[in-house]
Amino acid sequence: MANDPTIAAIRFGAGLSPVSGAQADAAALMAELAAPDAQIAAFPVMPSTEVWSQALAVKALRRARQQNEPGAVARVKAARAAVAEREVAGLVSFMQRGVAAPIGFRERLQAFWANHFTVVNKTGTYPSGPAAFADEALRPNLTASFATMLRAVVTHPMMLVYLDQVSSVGPKSVFGQRTGKGLNENLGRELMELHTLGVGAPYTQTDVRQLAKLLTGLGFDPKTGFVFRANWAEPGPKTVLGKTYDGPPRLETIYAALDDIAVRPETAHHLCLKLATHFVADTPDADLVQHMTAAYSASGGELGKVYAAMLDHPAAWALPYQKVRLPYDYLVAGLRALGVAPQTLSDLSPHDQRKLILGPLQLMGQPFEKQPEPNGWPEAAQAWVQPQMLAARIQWAMAVPAAVMPDLPDPRDFVRTALADAAGPALVTAAAQAETRRAGVGIILASSDFNRR
Amino acid sequence: MTRIRLDGPMSRRLFLKGSALVGCSLAATPFLTSVTLAAAPWDQRLVVIILRGAMDGLDVVRPVGDPAYAAYRPTLLTGDPALPLTDMFALHPDLGDLMPLWKAGELGFAHAVSTPYRDKRSHFDGQDILEAGTGLDVPEPSVRDGWLNRMLQGVPGMTAETAFAVGRDEMKVLIGPAPHAAWAPDAKLVLSAQSRRLLGKVYEADPLFHAASMEAMDLSDRMMAEAPDKAGGMAGMAAPVADPGGKAQPDKIAAFAADQLKQATRIAAFSINGWDTHNGQRAALKRALATLSNTILTLKADLGPVWKKTTVLAMTEFGRTARENGTGGTDHGTGGVMLMAGGAVRGGKIYGRWPGLDDAALFEQRDLLPTADVRSYAAWAMRGLYGLDSGVLEKTIFPGLDMGADPGLLL
Repeated sequence: MANDPTIAAIRFGAGLSPVSGAQADAAALMAELAAPDAQIAAFPVMPSTEVWSQALAVKALRRARQQNEPGAVARVKAARAAVAEREVAGLVSFMQRGVAAPIGFRERLQAFWANHFTVVNKTGTYPSGPAAFADEALRPNLTASFATMLRAVVTHPMMLVYLDQVSSVGPKSVFGQRTGKGLNENLGRELMELHTLGVGAPYTQTDVRQLAKLLTGLGFDPKTGFVFRANWAEPGPKTVLGKTYDGPPRLETIYAALDDIAVRPETAHHLCLKLATHFVADTPDADLVQHMTAAYSASGGELGKVYAAMLDHPAAWALPYQKVRLPYDYLVAGLRALGVAPQTLSDLSPHDQRKLILGPLQLMGQPFEKQPEPNGWPEAAQAWVQPQMLAARIQWAMAVPAAVMPDLPDPRDFVRTALADAAGPALVTAAAQAETRRAGVGIILASSDFNRR
Repeated sequence: MTRIRLDGPMSRRLFLKGSALVGCSLAATPFLTSVTLAAAPWDQRLVVIILRGAMDGLDVVRPVGDPAYAAYRPTLLTGDPALPLTDMFALHPDLGDLMPLWKAGELGFAHAVSTPYRDKRSHFDGQDILEAGTGLDVPEPSVRDGWLNRMLQGVPGMTAETAFAVGRDEMKVLIGPAPHAAWAPDAKLVLSAQSRRLLGKVYEADPLFHAASMEAMDLSDRMMAEAPDKAGGMAGMAAPVADPGGKAQPDKIAAFAADQLKQATRIAAFSINGWDTHNGQRAALKRALATLSNTILTLKADLGPVWKKTTVLAMTEFGRTARENGTGGTDHGTGGVMLMAGGAVRGGKIYGRWPGLDDAALFEQRDLLPTADVRSYAAWAMRGLYGLDSGVLEKTIFPGLDMGADPGLLL
């Protein structure tokens, strides 16, 4: 079934659409990545510079409130509400991109990498920060070398804040000696365990510690953004995975270590297995992973080559559909299948955006940009098909289409629009037997046929 | 109550090898197929709370009597004073609301405990091992069921409601072939009879969706029948969907769990997150401890007389470094603390052997040295609650475990 357009759209894209008209196959998927990025221009999110200035403004307001300035309480409250509204607007922009994309492979890849490099606004200081991180560190580098993406990730303030690198100080650095401050291992550990080598790789606690020392100096100033602070950096040689990095503290030394880790065979295997697990099957075909890993290694980690290798392998096109759409992808696919215009989503009131999109995501188990832990959302189908979560999918399918569309399609047509030849016979029959259009559309969107990919 | 005996010596290594082959499943272990445990429903209640992110046991139950302790924690000990528990230990001030339980003997701790997991200090492997209950310090891919589920696999008279996973975190500790329920306080499913029938047919070919949808419909019906005004979620489009921006508050989870435990449920499991305190631990721990405290107090209040029959075990994947790090926090460690609460436990006590905090006594000169396997406490609790044979506990539920001497956890 290689190059089957239905599989291409459902498994690798954002889902079938009555509007797009794009015929999806492996070449079209890769062509979408090569084409200029129309979606980010049409549906932007708040850039990190504004995220930082917004945080500084809220901080100033809070200070005013602490000093009992007149009207400050109301101003803090209004600012908080505006900040929350902008955060939801970021979610809506992302969903609009998925709904409007010709196929949506780029959107799927961005979501994959945003989960691989999980970043959460855990302190509450930087709302909208994770979306900015995804657009700035990941999206421009989706087809670049992994080393390039890794450099962008490790120097993005949201990652530095999330994994506590912003406060890690070399104990023997100038600043460390003066203040008594010291190391924080968090980023050093997750960089090897989650971002690159994988937990099964032969690194040790000593490597974690050495990498943490090497990463000191990576810093953030909300007024200016990323900054490398040489006087925070631990002096002296550091040996990570058997290779020694020496010389005066410089960002280039950190880049050199990241570049080395990025092309290690453990990293190649870890990333290719993860990509195949995300796109193809919870337990992907070993030969597929091997094929991708070979492309990774041969190209020095060129991600575009890795995706091409995945699409080039017959196992990537095998049926049945084994994966379950994550809740976010499920909502995008549902709105896309209905042919909802992107504008409809941004025209919804903030209240309705919460009620129809943000709240349901939480009930389905995937609160927006709130992964509980740095390893991100799980992949396994059964993690998402728990009764309480499936109930939320069914409720959404039954209720929300009618709330965003005045005229629901005839279920007998919609079953083909939404699923083409991926609709099973039981679903085709059920679609025709539903009591109302609303129930018919709901059953199609709630079906396992539509929830799988 | 019938118990089985496992005769014949079986070396630990041999067993571990065998267990990897059979996936540690009771059902798949031929000599255990006739196991009969105390038939469900039992009267005793067990609540297992997984504290995700690695709780700093050395901060929560502070070894203030250890001469090395204070020097390791220059900033962490500068807040409110800790509350004395014993000559050696004092409780974190943010758990002060639990002191009446300690005094009443309804709260206790086991210190210097860990799973067999060592060295890599990954949260995610650590949690997988904690929930799988396996005996090696690497995850065993062949073990796909949690230890609570393996316990239930041999019990006759189970219904889905006997064991309940609450909330939306995946509770691997309860996952496996034995039936169990999973629901959240704000979940709801309202369908017309025809839609219900049609969806049933549509899901038939997909066992995962079929089972989950059947359970969702049954549970939603039950919750609605019990308390139509309380059932949350998306009640059509008229009602607001949910509080966006976060999970349900854990006290709601505890209240929901208590509600179930007062009925047919005997085992409840859920998570409390937010223990990964690398940075600014005093503030970060305050939030997590408030949740933990609130959870336990909610359980006690809502369970009413059933609290007397209840054992709560709160376990975490590992402890944190003995020394605070350079950023007012702690990094991933090894030995830590397990909390136990409930009217059924013998509280007012810190269980375990204290290894000391001298540099030489630390594990890898870094972490509190574990002196007991945290699984042994869970095993003794299950033995006391359900009459499980130690052979079953040590070989099937917690493969490779040596339960050691009875610590006398339960009244």
